[in-house]
Amino acid sequence: MTLLDPVGQVGIEERNLIITATLLMLLVVVPVIIMTLVFAWKYRASNTSATYTPKWSHSTKIEVVIWTVPILIIIALGVITYKSTHALDPYRPLESDVKPITIEVVAMDWKWMFIYPEQGIATVNKIVFPANTPVNFRITSDTVMNSFFIPGLGGQIYAMAGMTTKLHLIANRNAEMEGISANYSGAGFTGMKFKAIATSQADFDAWVSEVKASPKQLDEAAYAALSVSSQNNPVELFSSYTPNLFQKIVDKYEGMTPGKPVKHEKKEVAGNDVADTSEHSAAGAEE
Amino acid sequence: MFGKLSWEAVPFHEPIVMVTIAMIALGGLALFAAITYFKKWTYLWTEWLTSVDHKKIGVMYIIVAMIMLLRGFADAVMMRTQLAMATEGSPGYLPPEHYDQIFTAHGVIMIIFMAMPFFTGLMNLAVPLQIGARDVAYPFLNSLSFWLLVSGVVLVNLSLGVGEFAKTGWVAYPPLSGLQYSPGVGMDYYIWALQLSGLGTTLTGVNFLATVLKMRAPGMKLMDMPIFTWTCTWANVLIVASFPILTATLALLTLDRYMDFHIFTNELGGNPMMYVNLFWAWGHPEVYILILPAFGIFSEVISTFTGKRLFGHHSMVYASGAISVLGFMVWLHHFFTMGSGASVNAFFGLATMLISIPTGVKLFNWLFTIYQGRLRFTSQVLWTLGFMVTFAIGGMTGVLLAIPGADFVLHNSLFVIAHFHNVIIGGAVFGYIAGFSFYFPKAFGFKLNEKWGKAAFWFWIVGFFIAFMPLYALGFMGMTRRLNASTNPEWVPYLYVALFGAILIACGIASQLIQLYVSIRDRNKPENACEFGDPWNAHTLEWSTSSPPPFYNFAVLPKVDGIDPFTEAKENGTAYQAPAKYEPIHMPNNTATGVYMGALLTVFGFAMIWHIWWLAIAGLVGTVVVFVAHAARDDQGYMVPVETIERIEAEQHKRLVAAKAIPATRVETKLEQA
Repeated sequence: MTLLDPVGQVGIEERNLIITATLLMLLVVVPVIIMTLVFAWKYRASNTSATYTPKWSHSTKIEVVIWTVPILIIIALGVITYKSTHALDPYRPLESDVKPITIEVVAMDWKWMFIYPEQGIATVNKIVFPANTPVNFRITSDTVMNSFFIPGLGGQIYAMAGMTTKLHLIANRNAEMEGISANYSGAGFTGMKFKAIATSQADFDAWVSEVKASPKQLDEAAYAALSVSSQNNPVELFSSYTPNLFQKIVDKYEGMTPGKPVKHEKKEVAGNDVADTSEHSAAGAEE
Repeated sequence: MFGKLSWEAVPFHEPIVMVTIAMIALGGLALFAAITYFKKWTYLWTEWLTSVDHKKIGVMYIIVAMIMLLRGFADAVMMRTQLAMATEGSPGYLPPEHYDQIFTAHGVIMIIFMAMPFFTGLMNLAVPLQIGARDVAYPFLNSLSFWLLVSGVVLVNLSLGVGEFAKTGWVAYPPLSGLQYSPGVGMDYYIWALQLSGLGTTLTGVNFLATVLKMRAPGMKLMDMPIFTWTCTWANVLIVASFPILTATLALLTLDRYMDFHIFTNELGGNPMMYVNLFWAWGHPEVYILILPAFGIFSEVISTFTGKRLFGHHSMVYASGAISVLGFMVWLHHFFTMGSGASVNAFFGLATMLISIPTGVKLFNWLFTIYQGRLRFTSQVLWTLGFMVTFAIGGMTGVLLAIPGADFVLHNSLFVIAHFHNVIIGGAVFGYIAGFSFYFPKAFGFKLNEKWGKAAFWFWIVGFFIAFMPLYALGFMGMTRRLNASTNPEWVPYLYVALFGAILIACGIASQLIQLYVSIRDRNKPENACEFGDPWNAHTLEWSTSSPPPFYNFAVLPKVDGIDPFTEAKENGTAYQAPAKYEPIHMPNNTATGVYMGALLTVFGFAMIWHIWWLAIAGLVGTVVVFVAHAARDDQGYMVPVETIERIEAEQHKRLVAAKAIPATRVETKLEQA
């Protein structure tokens, strides 16, 4: 079970959260199930030896207990939720001594396009990145809404046209994982998968050189060709791409005011704990 | 002349669709022929279709719900079969454009055209009787609501043979549901079917709120209302507050699709996420609209069959109210993954968890109702116990999904599918089925067969666990929803098991159909008869009148002083007391206006879907004309003469004596008077 045996630190923490919360809730769920069965059996109509109090319908003592027990459990769960929601905020950069790598992600019909701005390469339906290195994903869509998700690493975030969302993940070891869209996006949705490979730094560098040697270039004509709907698209590797491609894709949905700088980028400082919630409100397409 | 409509709209090339249509056509033809042969058209028209009687409207709602359950379930079996077949690179037997319509239709049908009419039907049947009223506040409006639902049902089913249905998932998020990505008529079928039936639901909410506020029996305080009436009332509060949001949202999407607006588009300043917010601002209250009345039924069933008062009646009312209020403040938990930031997500996560407190209280209240009771293990009780066990699990997985950190990996996975089927089947549907067999004798005067009822229960609950527990596991294996093929060989065994579970549920549904057949066949057997009205020895007023109740419900409006008035009366020996003399009763006339308006609005919706503008205008103008004509009539209703009442009540007294509910002597004097 991928989610119970994650490769990434974020996924491990999310799994632990799931287990803790489940155990906490079982404290009340198991007794309720047992009481249901026991009470029903004990007070069956044929058991005339059991006490029968047809008019008994109120007990302040019991009322206090049945309100208090769920309240206490929810308080405990609430504290866990509040803390974990901030700790596992996908917008929060991961703390690490290793310099993060940035990958820009564009959801298309029906494939994923990836840009490595630091390496100057682009791919379709495949990413490779070094293990134990934080990966900063910047995500948008050039079509309908999708959700960018590598179950082996941890959380997901929506890919939406005209907006940039962020996801920060890390792989704790080398692994080959499957990446998917987790939000239905039309006829080719099922085949909208990519390979996500965490590898050593040396292998990553070698892979980048290999891509750089690829004859294909993601110029405007190639991007236009890529934008045509396709299903089960094969992996494609591009040695270069049109400058500022990601931002152009985001801006193209701006309509009236293209070319505004992305607000996220100027604010992001590694280790900054303050989540910049004000900047990525989804209730506004200005990003 | 006919807009986008042409013969190409009929999918002649799809054998699955054509066979289905042929079967429906044959079935419809057979029904038509049978009604004609037995000369029942007049009876059907005057006694049922044009009726404003809440009991008959309730029965018609439930018939529609059951037909749509079969349709929605057929979709479910097709999906499970497809996923069990489409493995190891095989495409299965359904191409994406068909499969995507099926899962959309399954969701829409089960929520809007199965669960909603089932709940509305039970509410129609029971609520006016429970509060000692003779009908709802606005009987004509009630009929209109029903026919608006039928409009929606007709449009959804038309989409099967004429054109297509939406391929967007039942949430129909733009931009996928916008004109650019869904240019076909499928989305327009979705919009107009939901728009018409949603309008009907809003009117129902208004109607029943007015009914419980203004038409309670003399002496019945709000807090004296039976718990099913209370949970329906909270559901109606939610309907009145949330369905207008759906109406407005669909209207905005309509502007996008028909008039090139850019409210929800990607470009030109449109904002698709606004739709997502608005949709769930309706959609989350909607699930409480479905579940609260089911809670009410479980409460009635448990307190009746334990032979005990409901534990914590007031606490139940407040808990339902808390659920309703909180249910409005949690919509964002459906899309934590939008990227709204930790503080916003934490707020909605915590608000969601708060709901589990009143819900937990309800479970404990049912437990302590059983405690020190005398529980009769009828089929209704089995559904209730099955619900309590199943719902405890479904509630837990729901709270888990409300934790944003957990939702980031579980969102949109099959874990979510398992969760909401766990609460909707194990909560709402079990409740409706329990309510159906609980109130069936009230509507028809004979009991349903218990053997087949219990068989249905065991098939359903075992089938449910076998069908949906694997889906929880598949969620943890990274399988997301709305896939048309399984791309990971590890998933396959779980998908086989899930299909087997669906087959067991099919056996459950078959048992219910057999149950109906056997029960109708054996309706005259003495052990099934219960026309005197109180087969379960129940607590509330609906059981104090005959089964089926006379069209005026109560010859004399009951006087109420406290909770469970009928049990009080039976204990005090004051039940079934006839007055010295009867007064004439004022009742509303039947009217065909609802049928006509529903038919004309169906024409309007169909014309809008296919861009046949002249026909749309004709349909809309016709609707307005019919309504104005109805409103302009001087119809004051009629008075039921005392002789009619005396005749009907004398028959009821005979039945009561036969059932030994009252001593014989009293009736003889009554008969002499008559």
